[in-house]
Amino acid sequence: MNVEDKQKSDTIISTKDLNVWYDDFQALIDVSMEIPEKSITALIGPSGCGKSTFLRTLNRMNDLIDCAKTTGSVFYRGQDIFDPSMEVSELRRHIGMVFQKPNPFPMSVYDNVAYGPRTHGTKSRAKLDDIVERSLRGAAIWDEVRDKLRQNALGLSGGQQQRLCIARALAVQPDVLLMDEPTSALDPISTTKIEELILQLKENYTIIIVTHNMQQALRISDGTAFFLLGDLIEYGSTDIIFSTPSDKRTEDYITGRFG
Amino acid sequence: MIGEREITVTAQESARRKRIERIIHGIFLMLGLITVGCVLLITIYLVISGIPAMRTIGLKEFLFGQKWASTAAEPKYGILPFILTSIYGTAGAIVLGVPIGFFAAVYIAKIAKGRIRWLLQSAVGMLAGVPSVVYGLVGMMVLVPGIRKLFKVPDGASLLASIIVLAVMILPSIIKVSVTALEAVPQEYEEASLAMGATPIETYFRVSVPAAKSGIAAAVVLGVGRAIGEAMAVMMVAGNAPNMPSLFESVRFLTTAVASEMSYSSGLQRQALFSIALVLYFFIMLINAALNFFLKRGNVKQS
Amino acid sequence: MQQGENDMKKNQLPVRRRAYIGTMKTTMWISALITCALIIGIIVYVFAKGIPFISWDLLSTSPTYIPPHIGILPDIMNTIYIVIASLVVMVPLGAGAAVYLEEYATNQKVVAVIEYAAETLSGIPSIIYGLVGMLFFCEFAGLKTSILAGALTLVIMNLPSIMRTTQESLKTVPQSYREGAFALGAGKWRVIRTVVLPGCVDGIITGCVLATGRILGESAALLFTAGFAHALNPFFEGLMSPGATLTVALYVYAKEQGEFGAAFAIAAILMVLTLGINSLAMWLESHFKKMREQGYPQEKSKE
Repeated sequence: MNVEDKQKSDTIISTKDLNVWYDDFQALIDVSMEIPEKSITALIGPSGCGKSTFLRTLNRMNDLIDCAKTTGSVFYRGQDIFDPSMEVSELRRHIGMVFQKPNPFPMSVYDNVAYGPRTHGTKSRAKLDDIVERSLRGAAIWDEVRDKLRQNALGLSGGQQQRLCIARALAVQPDVLLMDEPTSALDPISTTKIEELILQLKENYTIIIVTHNMQQALRISDGTAFFLLGDLIEYGSTDIIFSTPSDKRTEDYITGRFG
Repeated sequence: MIGEREITVTAQESARRKRIERIIHGIFLMLGLITVGCVLLITIYLVISGIPAMRTIGLKEFLFGQKWASTAAEPKYGILPFILTSIYGTAGAIVLGVPIGFFAAVYIAKIAKGRIRWLLQSAVGMLAGVPSVVYGLVGMMVLVPGIRKLFKVPDGASLLASIIVLAVMILPSIIKVSVTALEAVPQEYEEASLAMGATPIETYFRVSVPAAKSGIAAAVVLGVGRAIGEAMAVMMVAGNAPNMPSLFESVRFLTTAVASEMSYSSGLQRQALFSIALVLYFFIMLINAALNFFLKRGNVKQS
Repeated sequence: MQQGENDMKKNQLPVRRRAYIGTMKTTMWISALITCALIIGIIVYVFAKGIPFISWDLLSTSPTYIPPHIGILPDIMNTIYIVIASLVVMVPLGAGAAVYLEEYATNQKVVAVIEYAAETLSGIPSIIYGLVGMLFFCEFAGLKTSILAGALTLVIMNLPSIMRTTQESLKTVPQSYREGAFALGAGKWRVIRTVVLPGCVDGIITGCVLATGRILGESAALLFTAGFAHALNPFFEGLMSPGATLTVALYVYAKEQGEFGAAFAIAAILMVLTLGINSLAMWLESHFKKMREQGYPQEKSKE
């Protein structure tokens, strides 16, 4: 795959000179990056390198942190997401998120998935049924929960919960899915399932995934970005990053010399 | 081997130490069981002193009799007016107090920041600290004449006045317990909701509140307990005539029935007052059981 | 690619959602405002009505019928006596029970029973305490209507609260301290005396302050146990004689004698005292919390 070509053809999110501070600590330094549509982009780097901050800036979840300050710009489909007229809730509807720890609401499976559409105004029972089924199928969990739609979601296994969270995110028909280490709290079998799911989702969604797991990045991603201490060190096609990185620090990291 | 002598004590000494430890353990066990003893003491006393009058009067007559005339030449001991007044009064206080308390709690737990939050929490703390006789006094001097003028009734000391006073009095407990429950909602739930494009307010009411529902239910039950057990404030604003409950009528609660006649009662009348207390105690035990149920489910501490 | 994305603009949030958010926000605002207005209103009203009646003469004399004169010195003294007597009895009982639960109890069933009993006690209305206190302390134990009988009743009422604060502070004494002391070969009682008890002094103090606040505000439990006499007595004599506390005096002046000036003066004094004590309790809690966090640095880093 040629990342360069893709960027030219259909960039969906681009950042320009993005800086984020938490009080005095600068978590991101002048990050400029273009993310192609319908691809999987992996963000890697040691803990505290800024990759999660970067991810959470893209749907403005960082707004929730009081001491966070942002400069620079992020464009989603050409629109500045920090524009004062931007409706954050609409932005987040387009750019969904899956978290590190599975976090289904303490409600039934059905209500979890229906939560988003309901919030955005879907009332019709038939429509909701349809969305719930489609989303659960989309997250490859329909067969496991079709008989448990009325049961509390907290009764599912960790892997199922995470796929339910993906289904919940899909239910509002997003464009982009941000995933913050979605498998780090899961066992290997569940991890494989989620990875397979992510590969399927690529057909219809743009996926940006933070991962600590080099193999995972290599297995699933098209492009990889390596962050270190808030700097975007290197960004390019996953094959190239992992085979012939141009920066010494990238090489050191992926060969396990630190991190 | 040199240390040997120092660490071994004589069998006698060792037995003495063990005995002392056992005695002290026993003392602490007794202290620990004091609460249990108190509950038993209260229960036994109320049952023993409450049963005789019920027997003499007849349980049905006592509980469902509509007339209370304890000092009449031919005394009547029906406490249905008191039971109903207590239930209506409590229900009224809940209807009035819970919505205010609930919304204020969401505001304090989720939205208010810094100074405003501090101010509101202090206000709640202060409301909780006001002695009930002060609520009674203010109710007597402000509420009672207010109701008389506003609704053009002969006397403002009424069920309505009691309901308002009780609503104010249960407000702080409802707010405190609800705030604790709402604050205990994991941040992840709220993040997930926000990430799906729900606004903060929608998130608080559609995710945080349902997630804290057991705790909020406990807050309501706690409010019920406080309202049904309050005596002094109600005594000062309810008028205390043993009427069947009606919003603008002078009424008597279970608590005030006990309090208003105890000091001059004797004989069967006095025994009947104990029976009223037993009925009240029964209600409280039911409420306690419900409270425990919700606290366990919600895993929130009562404050 | 830029067209079709205008629906992300702020004014495009559907009307229904905006209406929902607006309604919720307004309701929360109003509820929070009501809560604040209530306490401010009560404080201002009570002070405005009560302060003009507070004078040195009122505070320093006893009431007389001829000439008609109101003084609340006996009530102040009775309040002090009852606080002291209650705390003196309550602290060892409550702290001991807490120590048993945290340090000795191994049987979870016993712990559950004790904690259930404590929860039950904190739910029982004070009028019932008053009744049982009258039956048990005044009549059965032969204390008659007296400050001591009232104080003992209050002890039972406030036990759960001091138990809880002590328990909470015992939980924060690092396990390593106990282990350290055991490792030196100290017996259980010695460990408790030297390491555990000093560590929970803060909880006991907080519990005492909270209890004092509640005792100052209590009235229903005292009506039939401590009575409503206004005689001035020295401490030990006072304990054995009946006497009204400030709250009971307020009730009597307002409800039975129609002396509203005196009632408001007492109300104002009570408000100052309870508000002061509640703030003190809040301050102590946060202060002790801070001290503990600084005091056990090595434990904290583990968390």
